[in-house]
Parts: sequence; structure tokens; C-alpha cells
Amino acid sequence: MTALLDMNRLLDELEAGLRNIMADRGVTSPALIGIRTGGVWLADVMRKRLGLEEPYGELDISFYRDDFSRIGLNPKVKPSSLPFSTEDRDIILIDDVIMSGRTIRAAMNEIFDYGRPASIILATLIDLGARELPIQPDVTGKVLALESHQRVKLRGPDPLHIELQETGQ
Amino acid sequence: MTVDQASKRSLQLTADGQLRHFLTLDGLDRALLTDILDTADSFIEVGERTIKKVPLLRGRTVVNLFFESSTRTRSTFELAAKRLSADVLNLDISTSATSKGESLSDTLLNLEAMASDMFVVRHSQSGAPHFIAESVTPGVAIINAGDGRHAHPTQAMLDMLTIRQHKGGFEGLKVAIVGDVLHSRVARSQIRALNELGAAEVRVIAPGTLLPRDVESLGCSVEYDMQKGMKDLDVVIMLRLQKERMEGALLPSEREFYRLYGLSRDKLALAHPECIVMHPGPINRGVEIESAVADGPQSVILNQVTNGIAIRMAVMSMAMGGQVSERNQKQTGREQA
Repeated sequence: MTALLDMNRLLDELEAGLRNIMADRGVTSPALIGIRTGGVWLADVMRKRLGLEEPYGELDISFYRDDFSRIGLNPKVKPSSLPFSTEDRDIILIDDVIMSGRTIRAAMNEIFDYGRPASIILATLIDLGARELPIQPDVTGKVLALESHQRVKLRGPDPLHIELQETGQ
Repeated sequence: MTVDQASKRSLQLTADGQLRHFLTLDGLDRALLTDILDTADSFIEVGERTIKKVPLLRGRTVVNLFFESSTRTRSTFELAAKRLSADVLNLDISTSATSKGESLSDTLLNLEAMASDMFVVRHSQSGAPHFIAESVTPGVAIINAGDGRHAHPTQAMLDMLTIRQHKGGFEGLKVAIVGDVLHSRVARSQIRALNELGAAEVRVIAPGTLLPRDVESLGCSVEYDMQKGMKDLDVVIMLRLQKERMEGALLPSEREFYRLYGLSRDKLALAHPECIVMHPGPINRGVEIESAVADGPQSVILNQVTNGIAIRMAVMSMAMGGQVSERNQKQTGREQA
């Protein structure tokens, strides 16, 4: 597993993918937004790798989750912080892992409450499949097929590494 | 924790410790109070956006039940509920059903039958919100917006949020509450919150006639001389002189009160130079506070109002969250049984 998930290679993939799609779409000065917590660490890394000057934004999607009526409010919510206006900006939205797609739906709803972006590129380090919504990443570090009892989690920020968790079911 | 505190805790919290009613700060520990302040911080950020609204309580119905008039508290609760995307009904009960002879319980059961999810209750009788949560509509989240002389927990928490913003925390802080403590439900909640959050010293400064008996047992020291009491203060909280509640001759005159206990520039100069000035509003200028102080650089009175919306959003969403997760657990329990 560890050999498959060499962090530098994943980050190289992500960076290369982002450079390609930015060139394709003519995006020159995107605004980076990371979804807390793993996505924020990745936004920090990608900002440096892509040589972007502008600080990145941090999104906490707790107020936008679709499972409030099942589990209530996340007690550890922190303020989102977008140090730029999203109005008419090309945005790169970054998260560590995509699975159902529900986090990304919530994140996009939140972004639109800050203004109407010109475009959003979705980048995720790992794509686990198992989608429940029609949302796909534009760029991904690696597509992984896990057993149903397995989960992955990005740990960090220093050093960033992937942890494989067995849920024991 | 006393038996009384434990019962207040269990009424307000779910089995797994989530808020489900917000009636009093009694029985709520530092961790939970800190969670409320942290959640409110996130809502402050929401209040600074172009679209100041989040979808948390979409489709839920919040009823503002004000048995006693209030402009600021009711409008901040209303705004808080609307920014959480809830539907809001404002009922001024003093002029409606109860005057036709309907009992309080019947009014509430009718509102519950309209599928209300939350009642925000203000009542002149101490303990009214507690009674509703315990006996009338336990499945509806009850938020206390001030009951009699008992408690005003959201006001106390917005004050704590304001203090934390300006002072960074509570450790080592010296805080005074000045004025009509006797008639103040806010003061009781503030003293409780400050002690639980770890303030170094809570003082009340007032004439003996405006202090409840055994005030020290609430967890504060008493100072009758304001000149002495202002020394080294980091925070001074002025209370409104509750003229409408003033029965009998508790004070010689307003002018006399202002001379002795009004916050003037001279008296403020005796406190720590970075002492902040707070007031729950509405202000009686020239009665408990000098205009130049209320509008001065040390005043954070308008920050309190802004923070009031964020605190109310936090408490409402947490209590609603506790109610829904409890309901789901009961349902799952039934399905498994």
C-alpha cells in the first residue's frame, strides 16, 4: 500500500494535472480553496508548487452538510476564511479524498454564498469511487479501489502521508 | 455538582451531551460553553459575507413566544433564525390567545400541532421556559430569551463572546457588574458564566438596596463604593436601571444614582487603561452611563449587539441539532427493538 501511495508522486500527479487543465482552459490566476482539514494542507502545497502569490482560502462546510437532520451540528466547526472575493474568479477547489461527492456539493453551495465564480476546477488527491452524486474531479492524484471495510485519511501537515484505516466490518 | 445543577444539566442535554434546550447556564460546563463560543465565532464570519445565510435550519419552524415585550432581543432572535434559513413566527402573546382565556399549555400545544420545531420564550415568570421544556412540549427545542429575575443565558453568552474577542480569554480577568443586580436576570447568568469560564474575579458594585440577599453565594464579591470597585478592572458591565420594575423607594433619585453608580469618564479612568465597557442595552444615557463613555473608544456596546446574532445562531443550531439526533436515536432504538 505504501509503495502505491508515495506522497510525492501523488502531489506530482496533482500538480501536473492542474497545470494541464489550467493551460487547456486558459486559467492564469486561479484562487485556491481547500476544504478543511486535508484539503487546506494540499492547497498550501499546491499554492507553492504552482507559484501563486495570493493566499489560499479555507472552507469549513459544517453549516452546509446534508446530514444535519441525522446527526446534528459538528461541534468542532471553525470559521471559513476566504481572503478574496469569489465573484468572477476561476477557482481551484481542493480536497484530500472524494467518495460520495456530498462534501463537494456542500462546498460549492458555500462558495456561491460568497459570490458567483467564473469557473471551478475540482482537484482531489485520491478518488475512491463509490459516488452518490453526479460530481467528478477534474484532476486527481490517484484512483483507488478499496475493500468495503477500508478507508483512507490524509494525515499532516508535516509530513503529509496517507493512512489506511480498517473499519473492522 | 448539586442535585439541582445535575437535573438542569439533564433537562438541557441529550444522553450523549449535546444541547437540546437552552434554559440556563446552570449545569453547563466550561467545555460546552466554549463550544457555544467557538460555534458563534464561525457564525460571525457568516455575518460578514455578501449572503449572510446558511441552510442549517431550512424547513424548520421557529416560534418567538414573547410574553413580555422586547425589541432588541426579539429582533436578533428573528434575524438569527432567518440567517439559519428557518421559518419564523413572531407571537406577541400578551395581546393574543391568552387574553381570550386560553391557558399557556393549550397555546403551546396548538403551536406544537403546527409542527413547530423551536420555541424562543421570554416570560416575566422565573422558570416558565423550564416548565415548558419539562412538562408541556419536550419534543420542541426551548430557548430561554429571559425569564423573570432568573436567567438570560443568550445575553450572558454574547457578553462572554465579546469579552473573549477583546481580551483573548478569561484567565486572570477582573470583571465588575454595576447597577441594578436585584432586578437583573442578566447579572445572574453573567456571574455564572464568568466563574465557569475561569475569570479571576467577579465583583458586583451596587447600593445594598439593589442587591439580592446572599448575592455572594452566586460567586462574586460585593463593593458598595464604585470608586474603590473600579480599581484594576479589565471589564466593566453596566446594567440598565430597570425603572419599570422599580417598586417602592429603592433609590433616592436618578440623579443621586448617577452620581454614585453612573459610569462617568472620571470613574472609568480608575480602571485598567484597556478596560472595556459593556451594557446589555437599552442604555439610559445620563442615568447609568455618560454618553461620552457609551460612545467612547473603550465601549464595545455595539459589538455586543452584533455578537448577539451570532450567539443566537449558535445556540439555536446546536439545540436543534441535539433534538434531531435524539429523535433519530430513539427511532433507531425502536426499529432495533
